[in-house]
Amino acid sequence: MPTWKDVRADFPILHQQVNGKPLVYLDNGATSQKPRAVIDALVKYYERDNSNVHRGLHALSMRATDAYEGARARIAKFLNAADSSEIIFTRGTTESINIVARSWAHAHLKPGDVVLTTEMEHHSNLVPWQQAAKASGATLKYVPVLGTNAEGGLDLASLDTLLTPQVKLFAFTHISNTLGTINPVAELCRRARAVGAVTVIDAAQSIGHAPLDVQALGCDFLAFSGHKMCGPTGIGVLYGRRALLDKLAPDETGGGMVVNVTYQGATWKPAPERFEAGTPNIAGAIGLGVACDYLDGLDRAKIREHDDGLARIAYDKLSALPDIRVLGPKGDRGGLVSFAFPDVHAHDVVTFADEDGLALRGGHHCNQPLMRKLGLTSTTRASFYVYNTAEEIDVLVASMRRTLKFFRG
Amino acid sequence: MSADLTELYQQVILDHNRRPRNRGRLPTANRVAHGDNPSCGDQCSVYLQLEGDRIKDLSFDGSGCAISQASASLMTTQLKGKTAAEAQALYEQFHEIVTTGNAPDEMSDIGAFAGVHTFPARIKCATLGWHAALNALKSDPTTVTTESHND
Repeated sequence: MPTWKDVRADFPILHQQVNGKPLVYLDNGATSQKPRAVIDALVKYYERDNSNVHRGLHALSMRATDAYEGARARIAKFLNAADSSEIIFTRGTTESINIVARSWAHAHLKPGDVVLTTEMEHHSNLVPWQQAAKASGATLKYVPVLGTNAEGGLDLASLDTLLTPQVKLFAFTHISNTLGTINPVAELCRRARAVGAVTVIDAAQSIGHAPLDVQALGCDFLAFSGHKMCGPTGIGVLYGRRALLDKLAPDETGGGMVVNVTYQGATWKPAPERFEAGTPNIAGAIGLGVACDYLDGLDRAKIREHDDGLARIAYDKLSALPDIRVLGPKGDRGGLVSFAFPDVHAHDVVTFADEDGLALRGGHHCNQPLMRKLGLTSTTRASFYVYNTAEEIDVLVASMRRTLKFFRG
Repeated sequence: MSADLTELYQQVILDHNRRPRNRGRLPTANRVAHGDNPSCGDQCSVYLQLEGDRIKDLSFDGSGCAISQASASLMTTQLKGKTAAEAQALYEQFHEIVTTGNAPDEMSDIGAFAGVHTFPARIKCATLGWHAALNALKSDPTTVTTESHND
């Protein structure tokens, strides 16, 4: 078992200086860096196997198809999906959620129905439901977030009144990208199922950071992106329970997803091909499969301890800064911390941190309604991954102190 | 602290950020426009009291980084008493300064924003209030978004 320090050697990008300082990359909530194994897999694919999938009878096409379908099987295993056909390749979390919001919602929602989501959702798990509700005449409702700094998480007691039989779909995030809150997703799925609602989990911030078992969670759909879990950009997954996918009409149509086409109409292949019109992101899927291997090699239970542990250290050390608001729960949290100062804007903080070689995120984190509710316009976020260290948190805190001194005098 | 950062956060900018001038809704305003920078969430409203073609008084309100707030504050001190054409000309000079870093000596105040040009991502911050003001002058009450501008 490698030590966490050894892990840094696997990521070529980390070994550089930014503004004359060693790069401290704490923007993993936006995207993670890529290990050598994933980069090599992409190069190998393009140098040796590149061809279109499912279409050719020649050697390269067969190799590319095997690698692409092998990646699907690898990801099914990563999630403990019951079958590879439950893994649909998409461009990322956003497209995955949009497929459900368009295909499923279009077929099932009607006026009087309720779509339930939460106040802590990323825009990608909020705007598609607003659109689906508008298109169908359904009502969109939100599970409230508790606490002035959202430290109380979701108001689970409100589910007693919110989760009615009118709720046809309940969409929620596993880990909040702004708060670091870890939601009790298995319980939420169980309660949704009790009223007959379909569940959608946004796993963008959890998939690369902890073990995840879709059958144990009991969800109907689950969405994530490859690039936040050591994989390439432009590839993501929609997991859907087979029984639901078989009844779902395609969202996009075209080549590769049809059985028989006449001038009058067409019939669809079963899932997953039904949802993968056109040439897919073959290299991306293969890279994502290798990312799964890489993360399992590190042991996802240990990754969770490492990332969440760093976030707790950061929470404690940042909390000591004068007049800081640190958002989210005090105890257990996912691997990120976001915070705000009343007198220094996040973009100024991030600009100063960049001088110290720190990559942070400043802004509303695609979470405008939550920001408004908390009386904020933006926060600074530090998000951690396998290659980050406790020493880097000290660099972060020292940088924050320098920035505050500059602006406050 | 690097020279670039010292240049960006000049004393005059810090001063306007700490003690913004003409902040708040102007009671006598007859024109208003809002500016949004959707990529960072910065917001700026500009209120104008226009008499004929001349800005008799103006104010701003909003939230955002030190650059956007200081720029809007300084702008309000520069535009008071100007005609619409003069305001447009001043904006063009300001735009030149923040995109090239070349500030003529006589532009001592808005020249403080010359350091912005080495931080291209911040040009939108510096110009947000100006876009809102120009829109208010055009009597276009729609929200300005920096995404629709080429800078």
